[in-house]
Amino acid sequence: MTLVLNRIDDRLIHGQVVVGWGQPLDVKFIVLVDGAVASSDWEQDLYRMGVPPEMEVRFHSAADAAPLLDGYRTEARPGILLTGDIATMRALVEHGGVRDVNVGGIHHRAGRVQHLRYVFLTPEEDDALASLASLGAVVTAQDVPAARAVPLAELLAAREGA
Amino acid sequence: MSEFTKRALLAGHADFAHSLLSAVELITGRGAVFVPIQARDLCGDDIQKILQNAMVESGARVIFTDLHAGSCTMAARRVLREMGDGVLVAGSNLPMLLDFALSTNPNAAEAAASAAERGRASITVHSGSPA
Repeated sequence: MTLVLNRIDDRLIHGQVVVGWGQPLDVKFIVLVDGAVASSDWEQDLYRMGVPPEMEVRFHSAADAAPLLDGYRTEARPGILLTGDIATMRALVEHGGVRDVNVGGIHHRAGRVQHLRYVFLTPEEDDALASLASLGAVVTAQDVPAARAVPLAELLAAREGA
Repeated sequence: MSEFTKRALLAGHADFAHSLLSAVELITGRGAVFVPIQARDLCGDDIQKILQNAMVESGARVIFTDLHAGSCTMAARRVLREMGDGVLVAGSNLPMLLDFALSTNPNAAEAAASAAERGRASITVHSGSPA
């Protein structure tokens, strides 16, 4: 097995990740890449408490994670790579060999436009997602396994709540 | 204390809070003891702000959430850390909320702990047997 999902989700570890994806994919570990979480013992404890005992969570900054991803891909157990924003995932696309990116949740914030029910983006974030594709990554939006994977072009063109 | 003083927040995925509170109201008439919080489509920071504002406005110091790993639970833990007091009960179910709604214990934290025990004990599994 390998990293079975490379996900951008601003909630990081939560129900959709642990239960929605974690159970059907039999996920045994999560690689959580976030600089703030990686530097806070309290935040790490918080996220560890959110997963079942059989699921391991490893915390890294983007710089620390990139050279480790090849190793994670060779693990016998299935795992999820998780970032809270596009910029962190971009670093892992550029330096960590990530080739498939799942946009799982980027939620409302001032200045963002709603593209899908669970994806809100600023114009700069539109460009940032497009840049992932230009680097060779296949980018789709999909909140849960049962949903359709929305291709990047469709995601960027979509407008909801208008 | 008014019978309907807000004593707790109830937060969860989708329509979890409103749906469970409609059942609490139907059974006890005391659904207004809770402040329902819906987190649909919100980022973690916004959920945290909503929970914190609701606690300040209502005076409630108990938060019930649906899922141990859920974003409401994560946000609630951050709120309790910032506010320095309060109780979080994750994994809420209807018997638990009924117990809390009917509790006469003036200490909401103790009432929440008791309700959590009731909720845990209320889970049963029954197997069918041939007639």
